[in-house]
Amino acid sequence: MSTADSDIAIRLRALGHAFAGRPALHALDADIRRGIITGLVGPDGAGKTTLLRLMAGLLKPDSGSLQVEGLDPVTAGDALRTQLGYMPQKFGLYEDLTVLENLTLYADLRGVTGAVREESFQRLLAFTDLARFTERLAGKLSGGMKQKLGLACTLLGSPRILLLDEPCVGVDPISRRELWRMVSSLADGGMAVLWSTSYLDEAELCGEVLLMHEGRLQYSGSPQALMDSMQGRSLLLQGIAGNRRQVLRRALRCPQVIDGALQGHAVRLVLRTAGELPDLASLDAGPDASLQAVKPRLEDAFIDLLGGGPGGDSPLAEHMPPARLPGGVDADAVIVAEQLTRRFGDFVATDHVNFRIRRGEIFGLLGPNGAGKSTTFKMMCGLLPVSSGAARVMGLDLKKSASQARQQIGYMAQKFALYSNLSVAQNLEFFSGIYGLSGVRQREAVADMVRVFALQPFLAMNAGELPLGFKQRLALACALMHQHRCCFWTNRRRGWTRSAAANSGAISTAWWTRASR
Amino acid sequence: MWQRLLTLIRKEMQALLRTPQSRRLLIAPVLLQLLLFPFAATLEVKNSTLAVFNQDGGAASIELVQRLAATQAFPHVLMLHSQQDMQQVIDRQQALLAISLPQDFSRRLASGQGVTAQAIIDGRRSNSAQIAYGYALQVVQQFAAERSRQAAPARLLVQNLYNPNLEYRWFVLPSLVAIITTIGCLMVTALSLAREREEGTFEQLLVSPLTPAYIMAGKALPGMLVALVQGCIIAAAAVWVYQVPFSGTVGLLIVSMLCYGLSLVGFGLLISALSSNQQQAFLGSFAFMSPAVILSGYMAPVENMPLPLRMVSAVDPLTHFIVIVKGIFLKGYGLAEAWPHLWPLLAIAAGTLLLAYRMFLQRSH
Repeated sequence: MSTADSDIAIRLRALGHAFAGRPALHALDADIRRGIITGLVGPDGAGKTTLLRLMAGLLKPDSGSLQVEGLDPVTAGDALRTQLGYMPQKFGLYEDLTVLENLTLYADLRGVTGAVREESFQRLLAFTDLARFTERLAGKLSGGMKQKLGLACTLLGSPRILLLDEPCVGVDPISRRELWRMVSSLADGGMAVLWSTSYLDEAELCGEVLLMHEGRLQYSGSPQALMDSMQGRSLLLQGIAGNRRQVLRRALRCPQVIDGALQGHAVRLVLRTAGELPDLASLDAGPDASLQAVKPRLEDAFIDLLGGGPGGDSPLAEHMPPARLPGGVDADAVIVAEQLTRRFGDFVATDHVNFRIRRGEIFGLLGPNGAGKSTTFKMMCGLLPVSSGAARVMGLDLKKSASQARQQIGYMAQKFALYSNLSVAQNLEFFSGIYGLSGVRQREAVADMVRVFALQPFLAMNAGELPLGFKQRLALACALMHQHRCCFWTNRRRGWTRSAAANSGAISTAWWTRASR
Repeated sequence: MWQRLLTLIRKEMQALLRTPQSRRLLIAPVLLQLLLFPFAATLEVKNSTLAVFNQDGGAASIELVQRLAATQAFPHVLMLHSQQDMQQVIDRQQALLAISLPQDFSRRLASGQGVTAQAIIDGRRSNSAQIAYGYALQVVQQFAAERSRQAAPARLLVQNLYNPNLEYRWFVLPSLVAIITTIGCLMVTALSLAREREEGTFEQLLVSPLTPAYIMAGKALPGMLVALVQGCIIAAAAVWVYQVPFSGTVGLLIVSMLCYGLSLVGFGLLISALSSNQQQAFLGSFAFMSPAVILSGYMAPVENMPLPLRMVSAVDPLTHFIVIVKGIFLKGYGLAEAWPHLWPLLAIAAGTLLLAYRMFLQRSH
């Protein structure tokens, strides 16, 4: 890149960092420019947060050099503090204080006082569209508004560099777009913005991206250039007759295909080399199936950089026996909501909701915050009594036999509900135990999960200290342990479920596969 | 379902015992209070100072002063030389009690006339000063009786049953069994449930096949177990370290500890059902603890309280358990004697558990 030196806000040279001997970052070289949003992209555990913390001066690099505005963030921390805004993944809002009180607190902490304070409050509240909510408690804000308030607090004192650590996690799509718009207007004003994300569609919009994987920089430059390099290698298989997941599995076994995923009624495939198509007949996708070239996505390029996606078969799918429905249960209506209604006083949270979920189907509940997703979910799990209508899981009415119905449900909460002060092994034993597994069966189930999710090295570690990706695996292992027949996931954050080498991807794919049998 | 309950209990014990810090947290307060309470929380008057303004100097007055100085209560005697000195030693809290003997004390005594000595008590320290005054009065009466020509018309012969030498530790340690277990048990039940709420594991338990009753039982039994173990440590220390006599049966002690544990668990679960995070549960536990100890009769006799407080005291599990433990230690209580206080414990447990269960059902939705 031939940019003037004054254009570069942050410069990394052979930057490395390790935690207790385990390397987290390997010799990174990169420049972060002003006036654009630079995407710091990678799956969980890629080292994004570590890099941001180094830049914010919260960690001391083990090797290499790092210059922010020409200064070392560790030794010149005081000088940088006014120029750098860092918004960590979980911004430290005080939930018992109002929006305005939070702003005032951070203004005090940053020494923004007097007329400057009045001016910046007005500007930031208008900018973030929070002016109407100044008296509301921060704890009562939606996820998106919380992030906006966090952003407003970060922007106090007018920093020249903005570091954002996954600002869109837990934020609904509308607020995500608003946040993006706000931050791009800041970048247009000449601010250097580093936006960390694991959402690849978000990354596509960035001016430049730093793609990271397992602490290494895989690519740095414009996302468009990367996508262009994939031209002709992304295909859509349409007109499929029969089971799409089976077709996908067969396609992933073809040597010409490096990655694939379901997309609506079609299957999306990524080729190893442009022009070398898989044999349509071997896919057994029916007579009307056809392949069409489509616009490549950043995800395709990323998978390609990592040398291909997960295969069609997975250890979990091999381990999990096909879910068998007991006699008398309609395979077309395993989970049923009939006129499902829940009122809280005068407020109707869900109003006569109807749906049926077939066996092998992944059924998504979509909607912005407050749409009634959680309420529906809670009623389907028996956590919330139904006001009127019925919720049935495998023919069991949640109203009458909640406990039996729950035996059939695997539940994975938004927040990984693990006992953080118990070891991984103790968590597995506990969750298998409460679902009634004991003795040899319990030991086998635990051993299987340890094998499938590759948890062996972590068995004695406290669940709370696991890396995020492994926490997710453990939570999934705990939820799948008793081989129930329905699986409920709440607000699963989208993103790298299919990432190449990260095993959790293979597992998620496998889970879809299992559901399809 | 027994196996599931066992799983819940094992998880709870693992969480309690897994790290050295958490193990220390269970044992350290017990040991610390076991070392502090019997020495610090004493109402006995020992090692205090008696001030004497002896204006007489005759043989009889000297003998009386020597007798006072010989009691355990007053190893230090401060001899004063003026009325102002008397005022000063009381003002400066140098002495608990000041006695002034008049100039004609020995003479009037020798001539068989009645004589009056003055005692000045520091009213700011009313309780211990009164006890000190009691000791002094005893000595003076004894002294007077010996000198009187005729026998006193009536005399009171005092015998201290169950605690013949009025050893204060005999009173403190059995009560300590009750008080310390209260803290441990409440922490385990109230705090651990609040923590599960914070961490989201509570919701995970609710979607499992476990019913709320099982989840409650899974919290209750570990709480009782902690109360039992802590109680046994204190009881053993009372017997073998502090030499408090143990006249009842170990079996009855354990049964009553379990009943007491159950009633505490009821309060613990009630607190946790009312609170949504650990901070609230912690404050709730203390809001329960302090009145429970004050109203239990450990600090002041329940009989002296106004009726409404006595009624509250009747539903305070600590009140009943302190009576039972003291009875088992000092009075050789059997089941028959303990029963009038055991059944209220069970009734309290039933009431609080039922209430907690209802709150629990409401809150879990």
